[in-house]
Amino acid sequence: MTTDYIRVEHVTKRFGSFRAVDDADFGIRQGEFFSLLGPSGCGKTTLLRMIAGFEFPTEGEIYIDGQPVTGVPANKRPTNMVFQSYAIFPHLNVYDNIAYGLRKQRLPKAELDKRVQDALAMIKLSGFEDRKSDQMSGGQRQRIALARALVNRPKVLLLDEPLGALDKKLREQMQFELRQLQKTVGITFIFVTHDQEEALSLSDRIAVMQKGQVLQIASPRELYESPNCREVADFIGTMNFLKGLVKAIDGKTAVVDVEGLGLVNAPLPEDYSFAPVGAEVLVGARPEKLDVVRGAPHPGEKGVKGDIGACAYLGDRNHYQVTIEGLGHQLMVATEQGDRSTLASFSPGEQVTVSWGDNSLVLLPKT
Amino acid sequence: MSRPLKKVGERSVGITIFAFAYLFFLYAPMLVLPLFSFADQTIFRFPIEKFSTKWYEEIVERPEMLRALWNSLQVGLVASLSATLLGLLAAKAITRYAMPGKTLALGLISLPLFIPEVLLGLALLIILNVVGIPLSLMTIAAGHVMLCTPFAMAVLVARMDGFDKSLEEASLDLGESGWMTFWRVTFPLIAPAVVSSLLLTFIVSFDEFLLAFFLQGNEMTLPLYIWGQLRFPSNFPPVLALGTCILVASCALVVFAEWLRQVGTPGDKPQVGV
Ligand SMILES: Nc1ncnc2c1ncn2[C@@H]1O[C@H](COP(=O)(O)OP(=O)(O)OP(=O)(O)O)[C@@H](O)[C@H]1O
Ligand SMILES: [Mg+2]
Repeated sequence: MTTDYIRVEHVTKRFGSFRAVDDADFGIRQGEFFSLLGPSGCGKTTLLRMIAGFEFPTEGEIYIDGQPVTGVPANKRPTNMVFQSYAIFPHLNVYDNIAYGLRKQRLPKAELDKRVQDALAMIKLSGFEDRKSDQMSGGQRQRIALARALVNRPKVLLLDEPLGALDKKLREQMQFELRQLQKTVGITFIFVTHDQEEALSLSDRIAVMQKGQVLQIASPRELYESPNCREVADFIGTMNFLKGLVKAIDGKTAVVDVEGLGLVNAPLPEDYSFAPVGAEVLVGARPEKLDVVRGAPHPGEKGVKGDIGACAYLGDRNHYQVTIEGLGHQLMVATEQGDRSTLASFSPGEQVTVSWGDNSLVLLPKT
Repeated sequence: MSRPLKKVGERSVGITIFAFAYLFFLYAPMLVLPLFSFADQTIFRFPIEKFSTKWYEEIVERPEMLRALWNSLQVGLVASLSATLLGLLAAKAITRYAMPGKTLALGLISLPLFIPEVLLGLALLIILNVVGIPLSLMTIAAGHVMLCTPFAMAVLVARMDGFDKSLEEASLDLGESGWMTFWRVTFPLIAPAVVSSLLLTFIVSFDEFLLAFFLQGNEMTLPLYIWGQLRFPSNFPPVLALGTCILVASCALVVFAEWLRQVGTPGDKPQVGV
């Protein structure tokens, strides 16, 4: 792809015999907000540090703006990083922290001052120039780290879980500010997080990683609606997994015999080579795409009878565990709590119908 | 982790008595020095009948003694500067690079602490003889560097291990070279430990006797001079006076060095949360 601004080409990083990053191969476009998402220890930081120049690939090559960067040290790369610990220099005040990179470039004093002041205004910390880092709150330190990196006008900004140390309220506010900022400056952001909600709400595209491998790269919507494997579906949101057998392929849908549900029509994913007729597959269904009703399923949908097991009232929605004959485990269904008259409308033991539309099912390879 | 502390009163009285006796036997002999330096007599004998400061006034009338003091200061300065520099390099290598034989290097650098000084002095003397280097204050200083470097290294390694390495990475990331990163980030952050190392190694060198005894040329250091004066009791009281001055000065230095090491370490408390 010629439009890729950063190319990670078959990059593997080994520590001894352990593969921290295993054959990562993808591109990142200019101006994109790109996230690396995955559980702890999956290699996100290692991958980011290879792009920054603190680690070097055991195999493979990284290109930034068309240039191979293997062997180029961190101080010669057009990237800047926001560290997880922020790494604010404790012996310097806010002004000198932000001016650190500019001092190295030997800018004329007036220009340096202007750029630092602009950066301070951008992070709304004008007037805090003389403070030391231990006099700043976590959110303020986070913004100083951001300004210190951005003031150098990097081509790529790398962020390693920058919001991890903040409390929930502040984190949500900073997410919003970060997204705004990225739109304003138009710089490519590579953002590491293990928080799926954060990744979904911020990113243009997300790479989901597990055990050093990149499982899927897609937009938040695509990841949620059409995950390409069980791991991704499991990591992003919640999903019911049902075993099935492909009976027939009919245009863009597969006819699958699913345990408990019987014959269903599931839309075929882009790559359906894993699902020829006769193959064992998984069918995924998000809890909120299913519904529980009394009597017949919704018009145009299919249904199956079941018994309500456990119920959970979550304010804006209800969660039900439904026992279905022929299904080895319970089916999780989430219903919206819109209409007040339906409050806690089902109770344990009640016989109901689970209703679903064909389009709410996802065909996945059997793991 | 911590059991509830007992109140002092509940503890056995024996421990308290033991502690005070311990402190008394440890420090009382040292107090003899200042005590007799103020006594108007040349014989060490109680009771002291009359106190005076005349020995302090006599210090300046002993040019040899002052010369020995000056020699000691020079040797101490050279030894502490060299040892701290070497210790700094060693600390950087040990804390920042993965290299084969790291533990071995660490052990070898610390070895002079564990070899009997007599043997060390003898060995150095033989080598200097074989190579044909004449003995002087500088050979004493060289011997002291060997002895002081482990101290310097220990102080500096502790400090360099203790601070967040991502600070140095941040500097590199912002475009600064490795060398300038050292001067703009690492050095300011370990400066208290550097000062502490300088003071500590200076004191180690300043009161070292055995190596200096083996490696001396025509010039004496202060400990050697004091040793020499033992034969002349009547000359001795001004030595006591000078010794008292030095005792006070070195106590002050040690306290200052410790204070620097502990209190003057800016901002490497873990910075988490809001
Ligand atoms: N220098 C190293 N030497 C040996 N193993 C390492 C090194 N750095 C990382 N690893 C290992 O590589 C794996 C990936 O580490 P990495 O820091 O990239 O994880 P991560 O995805 O960032 O996790 P987290 O969310 O916890 O930060 C981990 O199992 C870690 O133990
Ligand atoms: Mg990490």
